Amino acid sequence: MAVERGVEYTSITEVKGPLMVVGGVSGVSYDELVEVETSSGERRLGRVIEVGEGRAVVQIFEGTQGLGIEGTRARFLGRTLQIGVSTDMLGRIFDGLGRPLDGLPEPVAEEERDVNGEPINPERRDYPSDFIQTGISAIDGMNSLVRGQKLPIFSGAGLPHNMLAAQIARQATVPGKEEEFAVIFAAVGVQNDEARFFRQSLEESGAIIRSALFLNLADDPAIERIVTPRIALTLAEYLAFQQGYHVLVIITDMTNYAEALREISAAREEVPGRKGYPGYMYTDLASIYERAGRIRGLKGSLTQMPILSMPSDDITHPIPDLTGYITEGQIVLSRDLYRKGIYPPVNVLMSLSRLMGPGIISQKRTRPDHGDVSNQLYASYSRAVQLRSLAEIVGRSGLSETDLKYLEFGDLFEQRFLKQQYTENRTLDRTLEIAWDILSTLPEAELTKIKEEHIRKYYRPKV
Amino acid sequence: MMGAKMYETVYVGEEKLIGEIIKLTGDVAFIQVYENTSGLRPGEPVTATGRPLSVVLGPGLLGSVYDGVQRPLNRLGEISGGFIRRGIQVDPLDRGRRWRFIPSAKKGSEVGPGDVLGVVPETPLVETKIMVPPDIHPGKLLEIAPEGEYTVDDRVAVIETRSGRVEVGLSHIWPVRRGRPFKSRLNPEVPLTTGQRVLDTFFPMSKGGTACIPGAFGTGKTVTLHQLAKWSDAKVIFHIGCGERGNEESEVLTEFPHLVDPYSGRPLMERTVLVANTSNMPVAAREASIYTGGTMAEYFRDMGYDVLLVADSTSRWAEALREISGRLEEMPAEEGYPSYLASRLAEFYERAGRVVTLGNPERVGSVTLVGAVSPPGGDFTEPVTTHTMRFIRTFWALDANLAYTRHYPAINWINSYSAYVETVAKWWHENVSPEWASLRAEAYGLLQREADLLELVRLLGPEALPDEEKLILDVARMIREGFLQQSAYDEVDAYCPPKKQVKLLSLFVLFHKLAREALARGVPLKDIRSLPVIPKIIRAKYEIRNDALEELDRLAQTVREAFEHLELAPQISG
Ligand SMILES: Nc1ncnc2c1ncn2[C@@H]1O[C@H](COP(=O)(O)OP(=O)(O)OP(=O)(O)O)[C@@H](O)[C@H]1O
Ligand SMILES: [Mg+2]
Repeated sequence: MAVERGVEYTSITEVKGPLMVVGGVSGVSYDELVEVETSSGERRLGRVIEVGEGRAVVQIFEGTQGLGIEGTRARFLGRTLQIGVSTDMLGRIFDGLGRPLDGLPEPVAEEERDVNGEPINPERRDYPSDFIQTGISAIDGMNSLVRGQKLPIFSGAGLPHNMLAAQIARQATVPGKEEEFAVIFAAVGVQNDEARFFRQSLEESGAIIRSALFLNLADDPAIERIVTPRIALTLAEYLAFQQGYHVLVIITDMTNYAEALREISAAREEVPGRKGYPGYMYTDLASIYERAGRIRGLKGSLTQMPILSMPSDDITHPIPDLTGYITEGQIVLSRDLYRKGIYPPVNVLMSLSRLMGPGIISQKRTRPDHGDVSNQLYASYSRAVQLRSLAEIVGRSGLSETDLKYLEFGDLFEQRFLKQQYTENRTLDRTLEIAWDILSTLPEAELTKIKEEHIRKYYRPKV
Repeated sequence: MMGAKMYETVYVGEEKLIGEIIKLTGDVAFIQVYENTSGLRPGEPVTATGRPLSVVLGPGLLGSVYDGVQRPLNRLGEISGGFIRRGIQVDPLDRGRRWRFIPSAKKGSEVGPGDVLGVVPETPLVETKIMVPPDIHPGKLLEIAPEGEYTVDDRVAVIETRSGRVEVGLSHIWPVRRGRPFKSRLNPEVPLTTGQRVLDTFFPMSKGGTACIPGAFGTGKTVTLHQLAKWSDAKVIFHIGCGERGNEESEVLTEFPHLVDPYSGRPLMERTVLVANTSNMPVAAREASIYTGGTMAEYFRDMGYDVLLVADSTSRWAEALREISGRLEEMPAEEGYPSYLASRLAEFYERAGRVVTLGNPERVGSVTLVGAVSPPGGDFTEPVTTHTMRFIRTFWALDANLAYTRHYPAINWINSYSAYVETVAKWWHENVSPEWASLRAEAYGLLQREADLLELVRLLGPEALPDEEKLILDVARMIREGFLQQSAYDEVDAYCPPKKQVKLLSLFVLFHKLAREALARGVPLKDIRSLPVIPKIIRAKYEIRNDALEELDRLAQTVREAFEHLELAPQISG
């Protein structure tokens, strides 16, 4: 990073948590970027989060450890945090603030952009309706992913969310369309081996040359995590809406992001909201997640797949809760299914793709029976799950003949439909074929979600 | 800031960002800015406009998409492309467009607030009435423009009032935080039909009424509100996206121009206005958005129209209040919300109502309000839900467990309620079927019995119940699947006309009656359960088209015959 010009102050009045207060300032603006030099000559970056009455509160991305009131200089750079973006960033690896980590020189920027971006004008959005085939039955069949969607994975410690995301990144295609795509990966406070896993997976599939990785690892500064997703998304927006790429952004783990947000809020002594997270966390998360979509008249798309781990597997915890209120559905992983040896352990009942109905089904973008089959799988599997817990109490003898068929269906659903290999890439036709196979074990009269025309065509009971 | 007034609109900084004064102490004014403030420096100029935050009312509102402070988003898009740049000022109404004005008031007559001076046939669906603005004194109509083409700025009338001559144009402005006056309130008597079975039949809404729809994320608030916006028999629809998703606005914009109003056959967009202040747009404008929408809705009510306003989500609006209150360092009450949360909610829902409007000719108009509520963690005991419940009369409780099993709309039929059931029964009796109330009571009774029986089943299993009770479970399940569940994405089922609702419901009630009689005669339950007519009844909602309702009568006949044949079949006893 070259030394930038700017107004310099040494009048630090307070350092607390990740924040530093500079007194006697003038002409400083809200959100302005600040370069801080410690007494030992080390340089850090910060951003003004409050300004007025001659003082500026600066949030230091790399943390305030080792910062003293004496001897620290703060240089206000007169601009907000920006990064230079370019297509040359594909194939490269950066740190959480966008500085090269791969030993290669900094790419020449084609454009400088504010990392906060600007809100997409909702009136200019194009409604996402290109079905992405991920090759995973639980997703394609029942929770379809659509280009321009934001679909998070809600996971828990130790569950295979990384594998699932890597499999999706590797297999995702839009049937019938060969177009420029790119994968942007943002690691937010994750372990080194998780980041390495993604990198290897992208290398193995050859997608690495179309990928950019931004890594803020577990031992990197926590406050930097506020910026890493925004830097990744700034590049993604440039590629999608300026260069026409179809971009998939994977961000892991948003729980670490939310924790950094909480830390800053606590240092500012704000009135805490639920579980200590700030009251504006919904709005803050939305400023990340809403940066997905398609824009009318532009070629590219920005699809987001954020990963978060639910603290104590609790979906009502503020992090998954507020995320679910913003994203267009969620893929929820289940510890129970994982223990049963089922990969991918998708809890379909709690999962949802909101764009599937209006984007795919009602516009008939895939096979005409897709919607009905999905509805029927949901209805029948949820009945199987209910009957399973009933059977535990009253025993199988307390159930009717049809009920027992449902129990069988539930097992088939998990073992044949859900379960697949990490390397298994199923077409949508294959997924629907398996669905019809297992639905055909139920009596026809039970399939009330499916139109008679489809039943006639696909229902094949074994006699 | 000396001379500044509370709620005055101001322009902040070199870029002239729009703001509003929300607190005054001494010579310091606190301004909430409706745009992103990064880069703003102390010392930049602030210009006061001398008037409160207002909306422009006139022809051209219909079909528009506005942000929270009535900036048309298509105009912003023309200027700044796919992303919203700040500091752009655009007029709410197209000032270049000419509208046909047809005068109806007579020169020389006495006119007062609300009197209709003439009309502008704005869309084939809605005629915009040009009225004397409510804040003008009565007086003599000195001049009235002849029929012709005028812009929203053109003068079409001059009134001699006691405070001088006043010019009236096709448009006027009104402050958003002040409800528009009317003559008197009427009781809500007419249902707002929505084409959604669980709503119309079980938890009806009335024109001029209030409802809320709370639910955890993904339980169906937005889809239900969209269904209301599409299929309600209101004249004008306001859809307020208040801190929600951009794609949901785009969904409306993509669909509505192609969907046809079932009452008039015209594209839905011709009766719709959108206010879209999505979650990533400035929070302060989110706070303003429901007032902006509410005021425009009242304007159409004053013309004598039935207006429906849906707000998605009032919780995000309340959070905006909380954020602003926090910035003002006000004393927080429950969960950080300001102590005036309840009174603000009350004020908002108070803007609903069926009223006799000001002015001549006498008109009755209504504003119906429906708010989505997004309780954290789906917990209905939080402040926004509990306060809202005090001010609404219809409560549509969404249930995450129903949503997980894809029972849509996931409206819990045990916890929901409507205070309008008795009021609207008369309308159904006279306009649809005299049987509505009794069918409804019978079907609802079955659903309640089911809920009780399921408690038992959870302990003993279904096989432990006597056949008659097993039958209740079966029929209740049929009602749930074949009546309560309604897919918003099915071509046929998305909208269910009132007549079809009654005919469908009578099928289930008929089935139960015949099955009970059959059981009493000794027909085994097993035989009843395997009647092939059962899936036909369940599928009738989407297999029988809305324009072929006589098929439902035939299906009822098939049900009767099926039971007759049951009797004829030789019994093989086991
Ligand atoms: N009547 C319906 N028919 C079919 N699907 C429905 C219906 N209602 C809800 N859904 C399904 O549920 C999903 C979630 O609904 P919706 O987006 O309305 O939830 P919400 O309550 O508004 O959630 P949030 O609070 O996160 O905005 C929809 O995308 C759709 O798949
Ligand atoms: Mg919603």
